[in-house]
Amino acid sequence: MASCSFEDVLAKAERDEAEKLKGITVSKELDLEFDPGNLLAFDKNRIDTREFKDCKREDFLRSLARDNTQLLVNEIWKLPTERVEEVLVAKLPDPTTLLPREKPAPKPKPPTKWEQFAKLKGIQKKKKTNLVWDEVHKEWRRRWGYKRAKDDTKEWLIEVPENADPSEHQFNKRNKAKKERVARNEYNRLKNIARAQKIKVPGMGLAPTPRQSKAELAQAVNVAKISTASVGKFQDNLPKEKTPKNTGKKRKFQPLIGDFSSEKQKQLDLLKVMDSKKPRLDVTKAVNKQMREEDMESRHKNKKDFGKKGRRGKMSGKGKAGGKGPKGKGRKPQMKQGKR
Amino acid sequence: MKVPGSTGSGCRFAGFTVCSYTCSHRCGQTHTMAHRDGIVKAKTRRSKRFLQSREPKLTEGQKSSMIIRGGNSSETVSQALKDVYALKKPNAVLYKRKNMVRPFDDSTALEFFSKKSDCSLFLFGSHNKKRPNNLIFGRMFDFHVLDMFELGIERFVSLRDVKTDTCPEGTKPLLVFAGELFETDREHQRLRNLLTDFFCGPRVSAVRLAGLEHVLHFTALEGKIYMRSYKVLLKKSGCRTPRIQLQDMGPSFDFVMRRNHMASDDLYKTAHRQPRGVKPKKKKNISHDAFGTRLGRLHMQKQDLDKLQTRKMKGLRKRRGEQTAETAAAAAKAPRTDE
Repeated sequence: MASCSFEDVLAKAERDEAEKLKGITVSKELDLEFDPGNLLAFDKNRIDTREFKDCKREDFLRSLARDNTQLLVNEIWKLPTERVEEVLVAKLPDPTTLLPREKPAPKPKPPTKWEQFAKLKGIQKKKKTNLVWDEVHKEWRRRWGYKRAKDDTKEWLIEVPENADPSEHQFNKRNKAKKERVARNEYNRLKNIARAQKIKVPGMGLAPTPRQSKAELAQAVNVAKISTASVGKFQDNLPKEKTPKNTGKKRKFQPLIGDFSSEKQKQLDLLKVMDSKKPRLDVTKAVNKQMREEDMESRHKNKKDFGKKGRRGKMSGKGKAGGKGPKGKGRKPQMKQGKR
Repeated sequence: MKVPGSTGSGCRFAGFTVCSYTCSHRCGQTHTMAHRDGIVKAKTRRSKRFLQSREPKLTEGQKSSMIIRGGNSSETVSQALKDVYALKKPNAVLYKRKNMVRPFDDSTALEFFSKKSDCSLFLFGSHNKKRPNNLIFGRMFDFHVLDMFELGIERFVSLRDVKTDTCPEGTKPLLVFAGELFETDREHQRLRNLLTDFFCGPRVSAVRLAGLEHVLHFTALEGKIYMRSYKVLLKKSGCRTPRIQLQDMGPSFDFVMRRNHMASDDLYKTAHRQPRGVKPKKKKNISHDAFGTRLGRLHMQKQDLDKLQTRKMKGLRKRRGEQTAETAAAAAKAPRTDE
């Protein structure tokens, strides 16, 4: 009796379960292939073409979609869930469909000069703390960067060391040294990059580029010319080539203590010019300037009145030249007839 | 090559000669990059970050797609392109203006666009007498065309025509492929892979169970592919898993397979090659000592040791008798100093 009722109970429980699951079970010939990582399902079953043509297409497709989606959702609901901020979330596994990459995998970078050396010597990288205790300000500050712990540049007093020249500017010396360090660091960094990408970086203008400007080519020619043992002294010029003068210093200054007589003469000439009442005049320059201004004016006039007045002849510049100063560079054209 | 229009703001690359042609709406860079010898050097930190985001990475993020309109396109094709753009909204670029490009003859123009906008998936729509209502789905590897499939639209129902509410932008859709053709035929297999790539959203580690709203269903039957998209309604059922009900939504296409260009097997294999050693990210400030204990560093502010809150030991508390003696001593001292 007891066993009978036991079996009955079990059967009833099974029937109840089946009832519950009736809503979500779908019967298919072949099981679907699932990829929950991509929320993907693939149904391999044969589609009955007759049924497809008989019923309305949309309804058939919709019912097929509903069945497949039900199976996919069943599969997703089997995954482990957790509660994230009051929302029930299912953790997805890794996707199983192999999709091709967008770009090829990045190649590992070749080690820099320091990294090679460290590997050779067996130097390990020591992990440094982010913050350092600053005694002066009595607080934790960065190791480097904005508001760092030991800031060299913010010192207001630098003691002159004993063996240093007393007239040397210590602050300038420090700044210059820093600039040099920065420049050297940048140079080494670029050399590392060039080595990594296997680009040859010779001196200026000589690196082969797809398009080189006229100036770069000229520079390359000049550099090649003087790269001989006698610094280009015996290199012939091309038929129309001119030797560039004044390569090197762009401005030439007289030495401080040189020829006394010439210096004296120069000073006296300067005083004479300053004394004289008449302004010094470079006639050619003045004339050219006047002519240029007249051209501009006539061009503007022609634009305004469409050739009615016509162009007035160029007035001679000599009469007006008196109003010009010796170095009329920064003068405005309106001040043509200014009195001096 | 005609200049494609973009939907967003332009970008001004002064140093680039090539970039005056196309503007991607996602790059807002000014002339902060120096271009020489094919190497681009960044002048500002922002441009450096921009260049880094375009470099190949160990684990790739979501692929972006570009949706291009061809030389001549019909109403159907334009609407279809707009609908697909709406589906793929945040990671898609739509080039609305006409582009005289023939992908199957010459794919250099497409590769150029992909390089400029950093998109690896594309959808090209065109219409002519020989191939009416043509859509070309394709993908790139290393800015060269990997696969291309030309599908003709026979029947199209747009988003506008179906009057139901759509799910929010950027929801990851459920993808279902049905039909044994997708398993047996090689071309269909590749097409299935391509469509998965195109329509699957970003790779996520967890998904909100109530947020599974959108399903795309592809059926392959007799050389035709029916694409339908439905909105998923989760109804109560007797147990934990809900019962599904579908509601018509969104664009639905009836495609017919036309030409295709599949990648060779070696190229396909190269494209799948994964880099070695995708390491998990290390958390900073955690170290382990020899015994295996987990250590970290704390940087404390200066503490006033007088006002520290320590444990209160009753025995060490100052008694009343001692207190009065101290105050008496202090008081005795004070008048002495006054004097």
